[in-house]
Amino acid sequence: MDVGMVSGVRDMIIAKDVHKWFDRLHVLKGVSLTVKSGEVVVVFGPSGSGKSTFIRTINRLEEHQRGTIIVDGIEMTNDIRNIHAIRQEIGMVFQQFNLFPHLTVMQNITLAPMWVRRWSREQAEQIAMDLLRRVGIPEQAHKYPAQLSGGQQQRVAIARALAMQPKIMLFDEPTSALDPEMIKEVLDVMTELAKSGMTMICVTHEMGFARSVANRMVFMDGGQIIEEGTPEQIFNNPQHDRTKLFLSQILH
Amino acid sequence: MTTTTTDTLGPPRTSLGVIGWLHKNLFSTWYNTILTLVALWFIYTVLSQLIVWALTAARWEVITANLRLFMVGPFPPEQVWRVWLVLCIVSTLMGLSAGAFGGTLRTFAVWLSAAYATLIVLDLLAEQARPFAAWSRQLAEGGASQFWIAVPGVVWLLVNLALVALGWYVARGRTRWRARLILAWLVSFFVTVALLQGYGRDTWLPEIGTNLWGGLLLTFMLAVVSIVVSFPLGVLLALGRRSKLPAVKIFCILYIELVRGVPLVTILYMTQIMLPLFLPGQLRIDNVTRAIAGMTFFTAAYMAENVRGGLQAIPTGQIEAAHAVGLNDALTTLLIVLPQALRMVIPATVGLFISLFKDTTLATIVALLELLGVGRSVLAQSEFMGLQMEVYLFIAAIFFVFSYAMSFASYRVEEALGVGKR
Repeated sequence: MDVGMVSGVRDMIIAKDVHKWFDRLHVLKGVSLTVKSGEVVVVFGPSGSGKSTFIRTINRLEEHQRGTIIVDGIEMTNDIRNIHAIRQEIGMVFQQFNLFPHLTVMQNITLAPMWVRRWSREQAEQIAMDLLRRVGIPEQAHKYPAQLSGGQQQRVAIARALAMQPKIMLFDEPTSALDPEMIKEVLDVMTELAKSGMTMICVTHEMGFARSVANRMVFMDGGQIIEEGTPEQIFNNPQHDRTKLFLSQILH
Repeated sequence: MTTTTTDTLGPPRTSLGVIGWLHKNLFSTWYNTILTLVALWFIYTVLSQLIVWALTAARWEVITANLRLFMVGPFPPEQVWRVWLVLCIVSTLMGLSAGAFGGTLRTFAVWLSAAYATLIVLDLLAEQARPFAAWSRQLAEGGASQFWIAVPGVVWLLVNLALVALGWYVARGRTRWRARLILAWLVSFFVTVALLQGYGRDTWLPEIGTNLWGGLLLTFMLAVVSIVVSFPLGVLLALGRRSKLPAVKIFCILYIELVRGVPLVTILYMTQIMLPLFLPGQLRIDNVTRAIAGMTFFTAAYMAENVRGGLQAIPTGQIEAAHAVGLNDALTTLLIVLPQALRMVIPATVGLFISLFKDTTLATIVALLELLGVGRSVLAQSEFMGLQMEVYLFIAAIFFVFSYAMSFASYRVEEALGVGKR
């Protein structure tokens, strides 16, 4: 089905020497990362390490000032058409869900497919129902976001992102704003998504999820990638002191 | 301790019922009791005198004798049927909307019907009216061609009452008609203007210049047109103020700040005197249009600031989420930002429109005969000298009724939109 799959694995995201400043503050200091199709990469690190900022540069929610970002063969430039082409390849899930409160769950999911992809309402709603079944909440389709629990809202947000049929999914601390008993339902959906072959970058501190699902883990601190490797390497044999310290703090 | 099996206790007796409420709110301490009694005495004195005056001393005939003037001003009496026809359109749409939408609009339809019924009763009771006798006399004198013109107010009111009821009956529960009804309201606005204005000189609908529009009719036209035009204008100005294009941004800021820094009266004078200077000579615009332009420019600036408040209250996460699913800037504004921002500013916007509605009275100073202007011209007649009390009370009552209706509608809309949302 996909040309890329025939020739085997290809590079979906290539970030090379990405720099970013907020005014004078240097928040990304030359981040380079290549993600292959079907790969699940977990990015972790202390707060302020630039991990959220980095994944937000991949779909241009933050502009990078130096370096190159290439998504599925399209280089990110200042051209608005380029940015739109890339954004349609990427789905994103936010810490605070960011569902549209004035629209029902169904409308949240069908909005972009109908207005951007120009699908008919029937087609969009059919796919939305399929996605809601996939994330396990088809019965909530006609409620408003505020009527749902946090876990349900985040699952709707995942369905909304998937509705545009992206090739890549970015997760920006998707479980950090959730009550503990709701984290699992979101992680289950993410695990299922990873097993289906989706290319994913997840900023998360859910180390159980990372251990069982991630192909690769990336530790960031101070705007740089300090260390990367498979979960076994990171958990069992971390090379850097900062990685060891951080892991010891969060794994207790 | 009680020995009942339930573990929930009823509230103490003193906090319940009328006695409890009175005790808590009016007679809780000795000084509150004194305050209550003094206030009661004061209210009683004022109200009783007002009521006695209204029922005995007041000469309400100044209102009844000039009712047509108050309603339509110097509009030609033989053409007043056009105004009645417009009212029929409004009644029909109101009835249909009450059926299709229910809720607040149904309440409004009930109010409207009650108003019609009251007016019918008053009309039939009024001695000088004898409406049907006058009608038959006029018909006898003028022949069948006078039929339209001579239809008495009572008949028109009855027709309107019937149209509200009929509209409601036909449309009740038909939610699919809603979109079409909104369109019909917009169309009716243009039909109204066309119908009142007319065209040509010796046609079936001769042109009636806006200088002949007056009374409540003119007040409504000023308010409705200004509101309808200033709303989109204000939204555009608010969006322009946040634009990334410096020229647009600076223009919008200048416009908003300049207009907000000037009193409405000044703007009205300026549009009366200066607008004709700027426009090419052959383009003649009348007083009413100029006044409407002034009010629209003025209200749009305030509207823009209201909307800006709403726009600023939208979390950036909303815009990021819209961008992330692939919406461009225009769609993000149209589908995500504006619907939420406008909902947030409903109370402020309705407040603005209420004050605009009342500010239409300022048009009297540029020689327009809207409701207050008619009131003053009525008071200038020698037979009605010194009846300020009656006239101004009547005008105040009319303004209150419509302002309150707007305020009421806004509360209901807020409630309806707030359900199940954040």
